[in-house]
Amino acid sequence: MTDWIDIGTLADIPPRGARTVHIGGEKEIAVFRTGDDQIFALVNECPHKKGPLSQGIVHGQSVACPLHNWNIALKSGEAQGEDKGCTPTIAVKQEDGRIWIARPEMTKVAA
Amino acid sequence: MEFQGGSSPVTDSGDDIGVPMEDVREHLVVVGNGMAGCRAVEELLARDPARYRVTIFGAEPHVNYNRIMLSPVLAGEKTFQDIIINDRAWYDDHRITLITSDPVSAIDRARKTVISRSGRTIGYDRLLIATGSDPFIIPVPGKDLPGVISFRDMKDVDAMLDAANHGGDAVVIGGGLLGLEAAHGLTLRGMKVTVLHIMPTLMERQLDEAAAWLLKSALEGRGQTILTGADTAEIYGNGKVEGVRLKDGTQIPASLVVMAVGIRPSVALARDAGLDVGRGIKVDDHMVTSDAAILAVGECVEHDGNVYGLVAPLWDMCRALADGLTDQHSGYKGSVTSTKLKVAGLDVFSAGDFSGGEGCEDIVLRDASRGIYKRVVVKGDKVVGAVLYGDTADGGWYFDLLKRGENVADIRDLLIFGQAFASGGGALDPKAAVAALSDDAEICGCNGVSKGQVVACIEKGACSLDAVRAGCKASASCGSCTGLVENILALTLGDEVQSGPKTMCKCTSFGHDDVRREIVAQDMRSIPEVMQKLHWSTPDGCSSCRPALNYYLLCALPGIYVDDQQSRFVNERMHANIQKDGTYSVVPRMWGGLTNPRELRAIADVVEKYDAPMVKVTGGQRLDIFGIRKEDLPAVWADLNAAGMVSGHAYGKSLRTVKTCVGSEWCRFGTQDSTGLGVKTERMTWGSWMPHKFKIAVSGCPRNCAEATIKDFGIVCVDSGYELHVGGNGGIHVRVTDLLCKVATEQEALDYCAAFTQLYREEARYLERTAPWIERVGIDYVKQRIVEDDAGREALRARFLFSQQFMQDDPWAERAAGVHSDLHQPLSPISIAAE
Repeated sequence: MTDWIDIGTLADIPPRGARTVHIGGEKEIAVFRTGDDQIFALVNECPHKKGPLSQGIVHGQSVACPLHNWNIALKSGEAQGEDKGCTPTIAVKQEDGRIWIARPEMTKVAA
Repeated sequence: MEFQGGSSPVTDSGDDIGVPMEDVREHLVVVGNGMAGCRAVEELLARDPARYRVTIFGAEPHVNYNRIMLSPVLAGEKTFQDIIINDRAWYDDHRITLITSDPVSAIDRARKTVISRSGRTIGYDRLLIATGSDPFIIPVPGKDLPGVISFRDMKDVDAMLDAANHGGDAVVIGGGLLGLEAAHGLTLRGMKVTVLHIMPTLMERQLDEAAAWLLKSALEGRGQTILTGADTAEIYGNGKVEGVRLKDGTQIPASLVVMAVGIRPSVALARDAGLDVGRGIKVDDHMVTSDAAILAVGECVEHDGNVYGLVAPLWDMCRALADGLTDQHSGYKGSVTSTKLKVAGLDVFSAGDFSGGEGCEDIVLRDASRGIYKRVVVKGDKVVGAVLYGDTADGGWYFDLLKRGENVADIRDLLIFGQAFASGGGALDPKAAVAALSDDAEICGCNGVSKGQVVACIEKGACSLDAVRAGCKASASCGSCTGLVENILALTLGDEVQSGPKTMCKCTSFGHDDVRREIVAQDMRSIPEVMQKLHWSTPDGCSSCRPALNYYLLCALPGIYVDDQQSRFVNERMHANIQKDGTYSVVPRMWGGLTNPRELRAIADVVEKYDAPMVKVTGGQRLDIFGIRKEDLPAVWADLNAAGMVSGHAYGKSLRTVKTCVGSEWCRFGTQDSTGLGVKTERMTWGSWMPHKFKIAVSGCPRNCAEATIKDFGIVCVDSGYELHVGGNGGIHVRVTDLLCKVATEQEALDYCAAFTQLYREEARYLERTAPWIERVGIDYVKQRIVEDDAGREALRARFLFSQQFMQDDPWAERAAGVHSDLHQPLSPISIAAE
């Protein structure tokens, strides 16, 4: 069973942008909206030096970390290109115009 | 053999298509199809391609080739095809008539005609004598025997190759540069070679005794026999060469004798025509002989008492000559020469005067085990000569110091260790070494190409080694400067060095300049429109192209384009500087570096209220508050706004700061009100987005306390006005500004500043600071746009001020009022559902 948390609507997140959300004592989560309105959620830390991915430039299905320009795939959390590393992903769903993310501790292993 | 230019001599204008018109242009006849003659024509065509009708006479049956590359042909490293400088297409394309295998035998100055060996008589308006030099043949018995040759042209190389096919012994008479190269080639071709040199040491004109000894030992190690102090008495043989006898009676058997003892200017034609001839054909600073219609260039001339036998002076002469022929008299001032050669993998370099003498001091480094010898001769704190053996990497640098007459007192202790050490680095960074060379430093000795010319070639679009070789010939001959050229490529293009055309990023096949041009030409108004019309290969670009496009649109459409926050780097989106822990630093603007109690109190209050762990004075004379959380930024800004402060843009590709000194208001040396001018300048320029960060400083006197000469735009006040400097920066590669001009009034200083800023905004590529931009386009271009073109400057200034109307709203105030609060506030979880 998964706990789904309602975090708001699509309009709360700018296209090709991100918002953060805190859930309990967990690490901050970054929720991304791509140019074609897909939603992804990652722990808001670059695998490189823990840069806040939510502040990066979102392009295609990637985000460029604001600290050192590592490109992280939104879907898998994997660093792209030559860089190696992975950020935990969090399950997301859109229903009735609202965005729901899975409660993180339930998904950590899966990620 | 003769061939004419293009088969249908049609003018470009097309108004007489297909009908060959009589060419009424002045006729320039060139005697000599060698390196000097053709280079002179090339230089001329570069200045004014249409002015002269050109006919070239050549004694050899070939097109123009690189004579100094005959050695690699002999050594088997190159073919004749490889060393052709201009192929037939070049002559065709420029409609030059080339007459080969038919040397000019007489000049009739009264009729202004030349007569060739085959009897051709051709009239000239201007005649250029470029007959080069003849090999000097020592007058010994047997000098005319078959098998005795010189080393001067392709015919000689063919003869040597032919002899080498039969193997056996060869004698090379002459232990200078040419003789040693011949000996090296013949050794590689399998002959047993003896070098006879009349002087006690090899290459005595280029090398000192120590270097010559190292060279001799190395060549002997490669199997050659070197006899110095060897005076040839006779070349003996019955019907063909059988050997050489020295004056001491020694006999050396040989089936081939190469006479390479030196060259003499080829002056017979000129002397017979009654021109003034000394050791060479006498010419003035514009390479004009004693007959105003006749010029001469290259090894055949004598200029100011000097005759040159190296290639570098020839390039200088050709430039002066072409300038003269196109009425831009620059004048040849003589040349300082250097020699850099590689014989059998041995690097040898020499330049200037190393004979010693009064006041000369030697700095010497010897590393016997590695076979390295370096000697730099210093006189009056200036480098006057250098001899390098075994490691010649710093040859270009010493030569550059020498030519520029630079004072080396400060680096004297480190001078001998080379540029990397003397420049303070210690670590060998070849890129930094190349970066430090001046624009007129010679990179390619074979083809006479300076660093500036290589950079210009790269800027015109050459972004690979091959393209540079094709474009300006640098490193296209012996290739010993390939590393230098690669470093210049890397320096000029950064990561963009590649084999294909240079593109903006991997999302597009267009380059920055193309994209920018199309944005204006097609009146594009948004990033998606640009991506659509220019066929972007990605759905919404990448973190390289999006910020660039956002800037280009912003610059092109002031007041119209709506800035795309999501295409901004984090700092510009958050109007603060992100730090490694994800917090931000905040720098309020302090106009001209001035502040007051109210501002300082507000800053102190913010530091305490938001528990900022650090406050620091910046290099740009501001206060930087560290450790602010993104959620707190709007509140911090509101507090700072309340005290009258606005964003300092310390985070932007934008005008950062105007740094000032106290100036005439307080300083006993100040000449003008630098502080006041700094404040005015900052009021005018703040808020403007740029291709990269942009810093200004105003110093109140030439003591330059505000460090204006390492700023993008620097003003140095003097008694009589304001010196305007551009294109400086600190950073990894410190660059001192170029002087743009001097103006008399404050208003002019402001106007020029606005115009320069706008030129940079409109023409530099995104993320290109003013320093590399100016190195790319040249300070002369900037002067032409800003200083010489009054109307153009005024238009630039007007465009800048127009654009500024839309830029000077404080972004902090907007955010403090709640705009884009989503960027600062996290989402709040609303409800939880289990399923």
